[in-house]
Amino acid sequence: MLELIGIRDWIHNSLTELISEDCSWVVSLIEYVLIGVAFLAVYAVLALILIYVERKVCAFFQCRLGPNRVGPWGLMQSIADMFKILLKEIIRINNTDQFLFKVAPFIVLVGSFCTFGALHFAKGIHGVDFNVGIFYILAISSLGVVGILLAGWASNNKYTLIGAMRCGAQLVSYELSAGLSLLTMVMLAGSMQLSEIINVQEKSWLLFQAPIPALIAFVIYLIAGHAETNRGPFDLPEAESELTAGYHTEYSGIQFGFFYLAEYLNMFIIAAIAATVFLGGWQPLQINAEWAEDFNNVMNYIPTWLWFFGKTFALVFLSLWVRWTFPRLRIDQLLKLEWKILMPISLFNMLLMAVWIIWIK
Amino acid sequence: MEKIKKLILSIVPDAVAEEAQYPTFTVDASKIRSVAEKLKEKGFDYLICLTGMDYGDSLGCIYHISSSTDKTSVIVLKTSTSDRQNPAIPSVHDIWASANLYEREVYDFFGITFIDHPDMRRLFLRQDWNGYPFRKDYDANPELNPVPMENQTIAEMENMPSITLKSDGTVIKKENALFEKGDYVVNIGPQHPATHGVLHLRVSLDGEIIKKVDPNFGYIHRGIEKMCESMTYPQMLHLTDRLDYLSGTMNRHAMCLCVEKAMGLEVPQRAQYVRCIFDELTRIASHLLGWGCMCMDMGSITAFIYGMRDREKIMDIFEETGGGRLMVNYSVIGGLAEDVHPNFVNRVKEFIPYMRKMIKEYHILFTGNPIAKGRMKDIGFLSKETAVSLGVTGPSGRASGFACDVRKIEPYAAYDKVQFEEVIREKGGTFDRYIIRLDEIEQSLRIIEQLIDKLPDDGFRAKVPAIIKLPAGEYYQRVENARGDFGVYIKSDGGKNPYRVKFRSPCMTLISALDPLCQKEKIADLIMIGASLDYVIPCADR
Repeated sequence: MLELIGIRDWIHNSLTELISEDCSWVVSLIEYVLIGVAFLAVYAVLALILIYVERKVCAFFQCRLGPNRVGPWGLMQSIADMFKILLKEIIRINNTDQFLFKVAPFIVLVGSFCTFGALHFAKGIHGVDFNVGIFYILAISSLGVVGILLAGWASNNKYTLIGAMRCGAQLVSYELSAGLSLLTMVMLAGSMQLSEIINVQEKSWLLFQAPIPALIAFVIYLIAGHAETNRGPFDLPEAESELTAGYHTEYSGIQFGFFYLAEYLNMFIIAAIAATVFLGGWQPLQINAEWAEDFNNVMNYIPTWLWFFGKTFALVFLSLWVRWTFPRLRIDQLLKLEWKILMPISLFNMLLMAVWIIWIK
Repeated sequence: MEKIKKLILSIVPDAVAEEAQYPTFTVDASKIRSVAEKLKEKGFDYLICLTGMDYGDSLGCIYHISSSTDKTSVIVLKTSTSDRQNPAIPSVHDIWASANLYEREVYDFFGITFIDHPDMRRLFLRQDWNGYPFRKDYDANPELNPVPMENQTIAEMENMPSITLKSDGTVIKKENALFEKGDYVVNIGPQHPATHGVLHLRVSLDGEIIKKVDPNFGYIHRGIEKMCESMTYPQMLHLTDRLDYLSGTMNRHAMCLCVEKAMGLEVPQRAQYVRCIFDELTRIASHLLGWGCMCMDMGSITAFIYGMRDREKIMDIFEETGGGRLMVNYSVIGGLAEDVHPNFVNRVKEFIPYMRKMIKEYHILFTGNPIAKGRMKDIGFLSKETAVSLGVTGPSGRASGFACDVRKIEPYAAYDKVQFEEVIREKGGTFDRYIIRLDEIEQSLRIIEQLIDKLPDDGFRAKVPAIIKLPAGEYYQRVENARGDFGVYIKSDGGKNPYRVKFRSPCMTLISALDPLCQKEKIADLIMIGASLDYVIPCADR
């Protein structure tokens, strides 16, 4: 079997065999470090892949070829870009709040990385599994907005300040819809723990367990999540045409790289959460009927990590599709969409879900 | 015209009337306001162009005035003052709003102060510039105006000096503040992805709401008009392409027509047809770019690339025939530089159905998009009166209901031989300015379709003397370029260089429309409204 859980168990078993039982804390320590390194590596590699995917997909939408010079099909382009961004000078700007200016990119990155750590990538492959997992994800992913506000404020630039303020307004607003639609699904799943939510979907994904309210919640979550990643048509905080680059206008080199990294990973994280909560995470597609047994077996044979990444990248593609098709909203339209449309629908949908659970399920 | 003549003579008995290309009246500077007011009452509400002039012993202004109702009638007013130390002419900015910037330009280059003008800042040059460069006695010594090596504040841009003349002859000098105290002022440009060139906008904001927009010109001013004074006529042609580089062919066409008219040259029909086709292709290319930029400013980069992709087809046609892509350098005095490429006709014929198909795609991609609709709905309205008064012409003027198509008013080249519609919309909103460009592309295709099969065979260039000298006099030629009413004014003293050249730029008036359009709108809309006007900065800056 191609499951990653085998590797995990193999590492754990060989470490416990090597080290005597009195020192089990050493085993834990080594494992923590290994997991940390693995997560960091996956985080960075995913960002590179996402940047490449975005550039290629965008190019095909726009009748272009995209990167095609560095390596075959331009595959090494992202890596070259990474080295470029690492080597670039970090420009020190006068009249800025140096401490906040330097801290801001880290806060954004930490917020996104901590959320990343809570994801379940495959059967048995996850960093932490709190019993309030969804709550934790919602809380920690909001941390990024602090970093963005700090970046905009500390840059001492009018464009960045406008960008940061827009971003604050946008993220705080869309957090509500995203949270409400996730809570709707928590009601259905009956647990906040991510592993529990995934287990509930063994027979059938949550999206199919309560089709109408779950579908509404899914669409709302995709819109709100897309808005939370600050990408078009919701890219007002960095609206290139008005604000040059919004809150990260003044950043250069790896500091800018951090924002860039966090932005792409946030796109992945939103897609991953949607895949986990609505589409069963790493659970394969199952049809709950007797005639479909062979089909289910075939589906079960596909490794779980492939399921997870397949679903997530399908949603990422959806997000790219939207981004490269739609023009940008204006700030008042953006807030109107949230407070007058998405929020009331989410609240109503929660009620609908309650009714569904009590009478129909 | 007789009526106008009588009217002007009744106000100013000693006015000198001439019958030149347009009826011309020379009036005394002190009477210019009363004449202007009367003309405005009689329907002359569109100030085409205001040209400053150094006559040697005196300094003066030339007003080309037309009407939005009786479009074919153009009259020329002239006035001058013999005081070269402190020249002053009454301002007409409150009669024709477009005079606001025109008078600042004249002040900048000729030093003529306009009395009662609220904003006598220099328009293009730095506020501390010494001398007035368009005067014939200007000293161009670089030591007088050294390149500043230190950062300068733009605070001086915020004081607007003005001069008021009281009835007893006393002069009152005043400084008006541009912005109120405590305004949150954002500089947009000169380096900014969305100003479509090096335009500098000072925008005062109330949150995200715009209170005032103050355009600051001159970052790409090359003094083309002054350069022309030391050039021969064939040399000047190359500079015209560099005014509004997106409608270079048409600007060049205007200059050729003006010189040919002055020489009394008969241009072969073939050349006229091909010039028209080139003009319309350029118009399509320009509108495609304008459309794409507007979409990009709303955040839809895909649409921009679609526009660029189809524009590329036109550039290829140009390259094959003219050699150049953006600057085709194709029209010359007397006709065309070369005959068209053998493939030209076929490629243009292939392009027409392709473009029609693509316009449908644009509508699917962008026009029908709910976000795009929401963005363009109910913002940036320009009434017809304001458009006429500000001299907003071209697609932007026609979107407000101002029928100002020079191809219809004063048909030139082969435009009187083709059927096409002057697309006019009534509302003057941002969406009208958006959609009118796509509709004009259709009309341009129609014109090309009618001309391309009928290219006559009478040679591509007339015989032109080796040294071109224009007879002494003044010549004015209007042409519809992609942004509006483009004009070339040449004053010749009979030599091989012109005495004075003036280009009527449609873009400067478009930029002056930003302030009335954007007030009370959001900052995100400023960029989009600017894009909907589709100005090109080198055209305004010249």
